Amino acid sequence: MNPKDDSRCDLHIHSCLSACADLLMTPGNIVQQAVNLGLEYIAITDHNSAGNIQVAQQLAQANGIKLIPAMELETREEVHLLCYFSSLDALLEFEAIVHENLPSLENDERLFGYQLLTDIKDEYVAKEDRLLAMATKLSLSEAIENVTNLEGVVIPAHVDRPANSILGQLGFIPSDMGIQVIEISRNTDPMGFLRVHPHLDQYRYIQGSDSHYLTDIGRCGNTEGFILDEDLLKLISVIF
Amino acid sequence: MKVKELVDKLELEVVAGPLEREISGIYVGDLLSNVMARAQADDVWLTVHGHQNVVAVASLTQVAAVIVVEDFPIEPAAVQKAKETEVTILRTPMTASDLIRKLFELGL
Repeated sequence: MNPKDDSRCDLHIHSCLSACADLLMTPGNIVQQAVNLGLEYIAITDHNSAGNIQVAQQLAQANGIKLIPAMELETREEVHLLCYFSSLDALLEFEAIVHENLPSLENDERLFGYQLLTDIKDEYVAKEDRLLAMATKLSLSEAIENVTNLEGVVIPAHVDRPANSILGQLGFIPSDMGIQVIEISRNTDPMGFLRVHPHLDQYRYIQGSDSHYLTDIGRCGNTEGFILDEDLLKLISVIF
Repeated sequence: MKVKELVDKLELEVVAGPLEREISGIYVGDLLSNVMARAQADDVWLTVHGHQNVVAVASLTQVAAVIVVEDFPIEPAAVQKAKETEVTILRTPMTASDLIRKLFELGL
């Protein structure tokens, strides 16, 4: 697939497998909302899991949009990383590594919420019992190494946030990690943010919606999805 | 108190760096962005992080030593950088709270 450099996308969306997301965030509803908004590319990025991606990919394909296999990983340092892959197989291989490194704790639905898997008819079919949204034992460098080995792309999530971001947890972005693109939260003005963080000048950025509700999809610093440009595409074209 | 004395008294593992610095205070924190702003020169800094950025933050803040608590893993790149830049990294199986009690007993 050859994305155009003005394609509209939302590359940070949580499905109902993420305990923090609304129950209406089923893959079917997400895809429908993306179609309504005219998005061409979406990524569902659940915490430490890819359980809903296969179904979501089929639904996206049936509706004429492209879903990029992805996950939001939490490293040992509690840094959130958006990890994108060019194929479902690569994502599932990565998920196996992540799950080997996920502490075994049961999800307490009263505290954290439901972690739900859905089928092609968009109905709830199972609950994930393991608590997903927590730090894995993978260090930042181990995580990046694993994603790179699987020919994926790592984008540190919401770098402007005080916690669970690479800047908040680690103070600055280590220069030898091969990171080229960062994500800036949808409610932060990227130009203003980069002005006060001039050392981030060397990175390209994306804005994802980090949607937990259907109405947030596509809100990527605007209301119509993040618009890809040529320079950015050069860096992440492998996942399209 | 010198770092060396602390290492001997609390049986800390010496991971890297010199042991001659004088310690004057204690700082605890794992959000490195905040540590950069708040840790003082000559503090011992207690953290669970073993990432290489710890070395840079320790250099920047001029802490006397980093103590990685609860035997958290320390990345080889962090050890290498600490050796190159003469940043002291120590380690202990103790929790930060247990270690702080002992630091108080030693008069810090």
